[in-house]
Amino acid sequence: MGFRHKDIIALKDLTKEEITLLLDTADSLSEINQRDIKKVPTLRGKTVINLFYEASTRTRTSFEIAAKRLSADAVNITASTSSVVKGETLSDTANNLLAMKPDIIVMRHAVSGAHEYLAKRVSCSVINAGDGAHEHPSQGLLDMLTMRQKFGKLDGLKVAIIGDITHSRVARSDIYGLTTMGSHVFLAGPPTMMPVGIERLGNVTVCKDMREAVDKADVVMMLRIQLERQGKTLLPSMREYSRYFGLNPEVLGLAKKNAIVMHPGPINRGVELASSVADCDQSAILTQVENGVAVRMAMLYHVCGGEPVE
Amino acid sequence: MNLLIKGGRVIDPSQGIDANLDVLIADGVVLELGQGLAAPEGTPAIDASGLIVTPGLIDMHVHLRDPGLEYKEDIATGSRSAAAGGFTSVACMPNTSPVIDSKAIASYIINKAKSEALVNVFPIGCITKGGKGESLAEMGELKEAGCVAVSDDGKPVCNSELMRRALEYAKGIGIAVISHSEDLALVGEGVMNEGFVSTELGLKGIPWAAEDIAVAREVYLAEFAGAPVHIAHISTVGSARIIRNAKARGVKVTCETAPHYFTLTDEAVRGYETNAKMNPPLRSAADVEAMKAGLADGTIDAIATDHAPHHPDEKDVEFNVALNGIVGLETSLSLSLKLVEEGRLDLNQLVSLMSCTPAKILGLDRGTLKVGAVGDVTIIDPAKEWQVEAAKLESKSKNSPFLGWKMKGRAVYTVVKGQVVYQA
Ligand SMILES: [Zn+2]
Ligand SMILES: [Zn+2]
Repeated sequence: MGFRHKDIIALKDLTKEEITLLLDTADSLSEINQRDIKKVPTLRGKTVINLFYEASTRTRTSFEIAAKRLSADAVNITASTSSVVKGETLSDTANNLLAMKPDIIVMRHAVSGAHEYLAKRVSCSVINAGDGAHEHPSQGLLDMLTMRQKFGKLDGLKVAIIGDITHSRVARSDIYGLTTMGSHVFLAGPPTMMPVGIERLGNVTVCKDMREAVDKADVVMMLRIQLERQGKTLLPSMREYSRYFGLNPEVLGLAKKNAIVMHPGPINRGVELASSVADCDQSAILTQVENGVAVRMAMLYHVCGGEPVE
Repeated sequence: MNLLIKGGRVIDPSQGIDANLDVLIADGVVLELGQGLAAPEGTPAIDASGLIVTPGLIDMHVHLRDPGLEYKEDIATGSRSAAAGGFTSVACMPNTSPVIDSKAIASYIINKAKSEALVNVFPIGCITKGGKGESLAEMGELKEAGCVAVSDDGKPVCNSELMRRALEYAKGIGIAVISHSEDLALVGEGVMNEGFVSTELGLKGIPWAAEDIAVAREVYLAEFAGAPVHIAHISTVGSARIIRNAKARGVKVTCETAPHYFTLTDEAVRGYETNAKMNPPLRSAADVEAMKAGLADGTIDAIATDHAPHHPDEKDVEFNVALNGIVGLETSLSLSLKLVEEGRLDLNQLVSLMSCTPAKILGLDRGTLKVGAVGDVTIIDPAKEWQVEAAKLESKSKNSPFLGWKMKGRAVYTVVKGQVVYQA
């Protein structure tokens, strides 16, 4: 089967078959990343614009490398979200970019729904590199790829996601993707960071205690706590957070013996993760980063129509 | 000035009339109600058989954006929109630029309306100077200039002591106080109702408690001060319950809701639809049901639109930056008639909600077809089918979540002081 979407905005929009296709493609493309000359001509002549309204060196670089390995021309534009307020609207920006005839716009934006807005107004493909607290599909896919490589399947996995669920686009994409693929997601975090009705997104259980979520888990996914987002009202302190919602060796001991630890990065060492856990054998954090390139290659490849890889 | 409306079903709850009657208006005033009325030679006549004839509809909460924001709406276009919606009177909120906190601005509106408006325009003045929530506006002078109420609509009066004094002072001079009830700390950076939809869309939510808490404060202040208060645009189960209970123990509280709050839920926001962005936000199905129940049992006194025109550039943007509000004057009656069709309201209740009671709350000598009253009349065809189209809206702005909707029932004549100002 082929991939029928012009855009990839949200994992919520993708079927099990489509997610499987993207993961299979990423698996086969990851071989390119092991070659001496890490470049194939698949997207030669295609133009990819990386439009980043929020700083994210990691995601932007990963998309840029992915585009270049497929021989696309990648252009990076960093814009400030404040320019939206100051007069240049996203719609103006979109029109200006379209005049440059890109094939794909990869965008990161602080406002949820910005990609849906953009995709409706442009003829080229739009790939969501993170929108507000909505979705981060490439992160969701690379998380799933990492889990699938480790366990050979996603169906039936128990995945614990711990932290600030309310503000996490990673959590939403993971929840949609994983539950579509048959995993069971257990969530834990401070009650001030657990949004209304989150359990209705799929096969999701909200736990009072992180130990309950981690218990016999195959995967423990720790989310980044963003100090700037929490203001003064959501948390008493980082110290208290790390005490009740940080992953230390003792809590990790509750998970299955072969469980893996994941984190979308960058890590606040000593807050979400004890340093010893971040660097332990069970940590799959660097594998996630590595898989990021392959997954993004697969996304670029499929929105461009998916012609054969040489 | 003279008009004979023949054979319509006259519904006038102010005098308990629901009967097929003729209405004769002479010199802009209701001269006679009866069967087979004869009018002097040359009096224009409307055959209203099969139609409903009511006291002119009154929208007690609109934003005309004039002065200062005329690119969204002005008094002339706003009044045309009102007439097309069957309204003979509107009360306009003071969050214009400058705000209506002085005799000069109130007079500007009254004078401009006199020369340009198709319908009656009654200005509402500010509660506080500059609408800043710091000290009382000169309410006496505002009333003298023609303001029919005071409100800082758009935001609450956060200071409880100031609100207490506003209620006491306004009671003394006999002017209504309209509260925009919202706890701003709880609203925070919220942009839609807090619930499952906001969770899915990743948008910051506004909890219902932000409204309920503020409504409860107004109720307690009104009770304490022994002064009336009117709550604008209620939208929650809790607001309705608080007001129902307050009324039962004799607190002088009245309230309004808007058609969108009994028609749409926050599901309308999906797709980041900015035409569904408003304040208070569209709520849950339970809240919609509470609005219907509150209208039916008399807890809610009035249907007002909170007509809030915005330029396309203010809505055709990402959801977070879009401005709050929708235009409502031309869809209000049809959406309200739907409640009659559903059997939730009868026509007498509808006319009370859209004409008699708003007139009473604002102290207007309208909302009635009593002999001697001003000849403001709305003639409704409950069966008329039509579709909401942006190009056909009279309002300068087209920000409606109802674009494309098929509607049933609308005003076919709007009559102000015996003169037809709109005909469908
Ligand atoms: Zn308001
Ligand atoms: Zn308003």
